[in-house]
Amino acid sequence: MEPGFLVVQALSGLASASSLFVIASGLTLVFGVTRIVNFAHGSFYMLGAYMAVTIVPWLLEFDRSPWLFFIGVLASAAVVGLLGVAMELLLLRRIYKVPELFQLLATFGVVLMVQDAVLKIWGPVDIAGPRAPGLRHGVYILDQRFPAYELFLIFVGPVVLGLLWLLMHRTRFGILIRAATRDREMVGALGVNQALLFTGTLFLGAFLAGLGGALQIPRVSASGQMDISIITEVFVVTVIGGMGSVTGAFLAALLIGQLQAFGVLIFPKITLVLVFLLMAAVLVVKPWGLLGRPEAAAGRAALPEGILHPAPFDHVGRLIALLAVAAVLVLPLFGDAYVMKVVTEVLVFALAAFSLNFLVGNGGIVSFGHAAYFGLGAYAAGLLVTRLGLPMEPALLAAPIAGGAFAALFGFFVVRLSGIYLAMLTLAFAQIAYAVCFQWVEVTGGDNGVVGVWPSAWASSRHVYLYLVAACSIGAILALRHVLYAPFGATLRAARDSEQRADAIGVDVRTHRWLGFTLAGAAAGLAGGLYAFSKGSIDPTLLSIPMSVDFLAMILLGGIQTVMGPLLGAAAFHAIKDAVMPLTDYWRFLLGAAIIALVLIFPRGLGGAYAALRARA
Amino acid sequence: MTLLTVDGLNKSFGGVRAARDVSFELAAGEMLAIIGPNGAGKSTTFNMVGGQLRPDSGRVVLGGEDITGRPPREVCRMRVGRTFQVAQTFLSMSVVQNVQMALIAQAGRTREMASRATALYRAEALALLGKVGMEAEADRPIGELAYGDVKRVELAIALAAAPRLLLMDEPTAGMAPRERASLMQLTAGIARQDGIGVLFTEHDMDAVFAHADRILVLVRGEIIARGTPEEVRADDEVKRVYLGTTGHAAAHRAALRARKPVHG
Repeated sequence: MEPGFLVVQALSGLASASSLFVIASGLTLVFGVTRIVNFAHGSFYMLGAYMAVTIVPWLLEFDRSPWLFFIGVLASAAVVGLLGVAMELLLLRRIYKVPELFQLLATFGVVLMVQDAVLKIWGPVDIAGPRAPGLRHGVYILDQRFPAYELFLIFVGPVVLGLLWLLMHRTRFGILIRAATRDREMVGALGVNQALLFTGTLFLGAFLAGLGGALQIPRVSASGQMDISIITEVFVVTVIGGMGSVTGAFLAALLIGQLQAFGVLIFPKITLVLVFLLMAAVLVVKPWGLLGRPEAAAGRAALPEGILHPAPFDHVGRLIALLAVAAVLVLPLFGDAYVMKVVTEVLVFALAAFSLNFLVGNGGIVSFGHAAYFGLGAYAAGLLVTRLGLPMEPALLAAPIAGGAFAALFGFFVVRLSGIYLAMLTLAFAQIAYAVCFQWVEVTGGDNGVVGVWPSAWASSRHVYLYLVAACSIGAILALRHVLYAPFGATLRAARDSEQRADAIGVDVRTHRWLGFTLAGAAAGLAGGLYAFSKGSIDPTLLSIPMSVDFLAMILLGGIQTVMGPLLGAAAFHAIKDAVMPLTDYWRFLLGAAIIALVLIFPRGLGGAYAALRARA
Repeated sequence: MTLLTVDGLNKSFGGVRAARDVSFELAAGEMLAIIGPNGAGKSTTFNMVGGQLRPDSGRVVLGGEDITGRPPREVCRMRVGRTFQVAQTFLSMSVVQNVQMALIAQAGRTREMASRATALYRAEALALLGKVGMEAEADRPIGELAYGDVKRVELAIALAAAPRLLLMDEPTAGMAPRERASLMQLTAGIARQDGIGVLFTEHDMDAVFAHADRILVLVRGEIIARGTPEEVRADDEVKRVYLGTTGHAAAHRAALRARKPVHG
């Protein structure tokens, strides 16, 4: 390869690193101070771009000067910063003390709401922005043309880093940010006005995200998919750099920029996978990222958020369970096709949600990418049937094996981490799986997926297939439930309560968590396989982030403190979704609002409400 | 009989040498206290014995077997029980389930998926709770107990390992004075009766001088004195750098109390 080409490639890597850093620095600052991983950071980025494509052209009408362009960019970022302030005042302030799973879900609720708000305000069509006056030409470097704007972007990152350094070392506000990142409680104990500090940090964080978005408009058009695609990249940058470390984010952004610029030459299709592999490798060697610090250990142990006392069924509980099973069994005699479809799906999701709560509620392992194992089970079954021509039975057997095998593979890395890093890594692995299914078009059918995943002839009627799903799903749920009460389940709870104590009584915590992760993955895989045959098709949405969030919403709605609550949650969530979704164009907005409402006012879910009712009776 | 031999342990954190050439021995049934000012390296030494920290150099030998640098879970399987400065228990479980869990782990049955955890080793767990006087509270959630009682349950959990050696990091930290005395008495009684060696760190001089058979004094990572409570109390260096006058008074009080039953 010519040297000129390599230089240009490296330069474009630097330009994207610079943009990534500007956005990631905001996320990492906010995390450092508030300890909240803000999913909505990607939404701020998207809003920055939309603001800029609205404000900048309007300004350029007055005069096509570079100054007005950059004033417009800064104004857009400032507007987004104010939105960040609004988010802090209205939402974050209320959730600083809740468990991290709830924080993640609440900020994801904001993501969903913003997506629909953007759709409503700016419409579904991508909006191209103006090019920057004065930077529209190309420069020639070793005979290769390179856009001047990209060259400009290369300098933005170091300038932002320098300004942040000045802010953090020369101003009281910045010193407080650093102090809070080190020890938030101590900052509070010193009498610092925390409310102001947090609000200010959110402004700064959102401003940086908005700036990152606004600076993109000459390169990419503003679109409604910008938020999710950037947030995963930014997560990776902050996790590799070390959550809370601005310099770490800069280093990580440089690494990833170059990896993407050159990775695309060698493995054009799997650049995303390369990035995630880098992240997995870094986390295995340095579990807190390049420049991150371990979480300070909490003083007094707190009651964990999860299943507390798994009581066996009492008489009422047994009656309810029997009635539920009986209802499923007699349903095909009365219900129409639509009801049977919904019930089949509820059974499938019940198993998926139950297996997720086996991890989250029972094991304290907050998986943010459980849909990966569901989806991989579905793909295994679907591809075996359509590509290899196998019948349904072996394909259904392969689904839990595939789910379990990938859970074992990913889980090997996942269980080395804890808390927020663990959640981020599960998300990253889910995105890898998603990317592979999405990009490997020859095998997986890419975006469209594969159709023709039908059950064997004997099970092809809706009635029989419903019974088959019921048998598999209820059987698997009962088996998992049994494990919950067995020594293995109790050991997972013990390790969740106190890892130190579990270790001291001789439990190999990591291995048990790994086995638990694998088991839950297998159960989700089975659910995925059953789902594939009920739909007759597979596509990448099965392992997308929204699917993972649906599962989390189900267990949240059902109550993660209860054993059987997730089943109720799955039924209620899916029934509501199925009924409401066709009626509105703004389903995501409603879902987001509902998730936030659940976190704020109903954190124990339906199962918790039932338990409270029973306790009173 | 020598149960534990610690030989030339060193550990540095950055430029700080938290332990320098720490060596001592502990016999079965003996209670050995490590005392010293804050930052003297007590917890560091302790965590190197318990497997939480890997020493830079030196050896830890338990019952003739080298256990240097093995992780806590393996150290536990060598019959070593441990309690923590801030009690570590399974908060979602009842008192008896906490002990049952330790027994299940001890028996290597944590991966079983068929049996019911609450049905295993209940009688044995109740017996251990009886030993620490907590049988009556067996079915209460452990989160409801007073802190002194939690410490007793933690002792029962540690005893589930059928330990030869008990490691107790500041066993009486955070407890009321009366609770402290009774916990130490209980520990000493069990240790003597079952021939368990006890290594403990402690700030409470009353507890140390009343119950320890021997004392190590650690200052800035180094052992500056060792011996029986009387010898340590008489040591001028120890008086100067650690006990001071108030600590010395406590040591004296404890000595008087300890002598009383003998003499009158």
